[in-house]
Amino acid sequence: MNVIADSRTMLRRNLRHTTRNPVALFNGIVMPVFLMFLMVYVFGDAFSVGVDYADYATPGLMLTTICYGVGATAISVNSDMTTGFIDRLRVMDVSRAAVLNAHVIVTMLRSLVAIAFVTGVAFLMGFRPSAGPAEWLGVIGVVMLTVLAIGWLTVAFGLAAKTPESAGLAAVPLMLLPFLSSAFVPAETMGPGARQFAEYQPFTPIIETLRGLLTGSPSAGPAVAAIAWCAGLALIGYLWARASFNKRA
Amino acid sequence: MNGSAIAASGLRKAYKDKVVLDGIDLDVRVGTIFALLGPNGSGKTTTVNVLTTLLAPDAGTVVVAGHDVAKDTKAVRAAIGVTGQFASVDDLLTGEENLLLMADLLHLPKAEGRRVAARLLDRFDLAEAASKPAATYSGGMRRKLDLAMTLVGEPRIIFLDEPTTGLDPRSRRTMWEIIRELVAGGTTVFLTTQYLEEADQLADRIAVLDQGRLVAEGTAGELKRRMPGSHVRLRFTGRHELDAAARILPGSTRDDEELTLRVPGDGGVRSLRALLDELDAHSVDVEELSVHTPDLDDVFLALTGTANKEADAR
Repeated sequence: MNVIADSRTMLRRNLRHTTRNPVALFNGIVMPVFLMFLMVYVFGDAFSVGVDYADYATPGLMLTTICYGVGATAISVNSDMTTGFIDRLRVMDVSRAAVLNAHVIVTMLRSLVAIAFVTGVAFLMGFRPSAGPAEWLGVIGVVMLTVLAIGWLTVAFGLAAKTPESAGLAAVPLMLLPFLSSAFVPAETMGPGARQFAEYQPFTPIIETLRGLLTGSPSAGPAVAAIAWCAGLALIGYLWARASFNKRA
Repeated sequence: MNGSAIAASGLRKAYKDKVVLDGIDLDVRVGTIFALLGPNGSGKTTTVNVLTTLLAPDAGTVVVAGHDVAKDTKAVRAAIGVTGQFASVDDLLTGEENLLLMADLLHLPKAEGRRVAARLLDRFDLAEAASKPAATYSGGMRRKLDLAMTLVGEPRIIFLDEPTTGLDPRSRRTMWEIIRELVAGGTTVFLTTQYLEEADQLADRIAVLDQGRLVAEGTAGELKRRMPGSHVRLRFTGRHELDAAARILPGSTRDDEELTLRVPGDGGVRSLRALLDELDAHSVDVEELSVHTPDLDDVFLALTGTANKEADAR
């Protein structure tokens, strides 16, 4: 199967990229850890959320970690496109699936490593989840599904953007969205407008699902919404990426 | 040495209402170098994209290596190698890793991939830099690596889109040498360039592209002879000979100070012999004779509309 062999080859190449690109590693791991310090040690005591702040903020920081990591994906996909590297692969008959899947899979692996780091630091800072093995599996599932959705969207951004700079910029809204969700403070405490936005944007049900699995009792409502959002966004991202790839390459 | 490597007819491509290719016909013989010459924006890259399966034309047919580009895309891709306008090497990988990546994607066995990579690094003088990231390479080295990557699959037909744009003269000459070697080995090369000297140096045949149309095609010599400016310059020892020559050669222009006479003509052997016979018959002594063929720059300026305006303005 050429697609599988080619996907493996491209995966290996993209993994090398990650280890040789300090900016990607910095944004993907150091920034979220820094944000965690900032939120838990600096701001945390000022927010009154009813529970220990490390417990409250960790699920949101998991999501934030994903968002900080994908900028590198957008830039990397876009430079493959703009430097003609994808054209070269197309003339060699490397399948679109191999080229794009490899980017999404590496994004997922990178996010999982970064989230493991951030969660480890969270434990050091007093994070005490009540989740058992089944809940942890659920957490990993929701995280994977979220990275899949955001990963495909980012690959689509990367393909559609004209330059690597604008591709990097396209990921910025993703970095800002967690602040307008229930990641750091409950939506009810926000002003009008921001509150409605936070309640209806996709990150809130995802964070609430993670929070339920990690520290409370999981509830079905947000979980269904989270899965629906992720599936929908992944599909949009995938179709958009496919269309841009066929049009531009 | 016979047969078509690339045959295109009636290629058209438009983006919205902007016509990029306006009926292009091309025929490139196996084992030759064909240069598509044109200014920026004339449609060179679009032509390459159409010929290399990357872009579907609005109309027209392309047969590359005996296969229809639209119907038998896979077979065409298996026969060709393309080096794009910008060296599309992977900056974060080393030179060797770039070549091995190509070998893997072509599904060569590991050992053979390493052998091919080593041979190409050697051949292109990149062995020393093989384990350095491509980001640290100079422009000339990147182009060489780019071409080496294209050669991993041993394509029979190679497309080079402006292979020397932005290179210093030395690297340009190295690239020319490499291209000549490729053709000596039986490969067909289709290159685009905006440098007349490059087309003149390398190409067996040259087509001049301007605003999506081919305005001329032929060998470098044929294109030069097509120019109205070809002439023979005769220099004489004295005013007396100049007067005599000017009388027997109507249509010539004289320069009394230089004692020269400019005779229009194509500079071919036959017309030259006729000219000398004529002078002999009248016993006019010529001190010096030189044939002036316009160089490709003249041809280019005369043939391409945009350049023409610039030339007029000067």
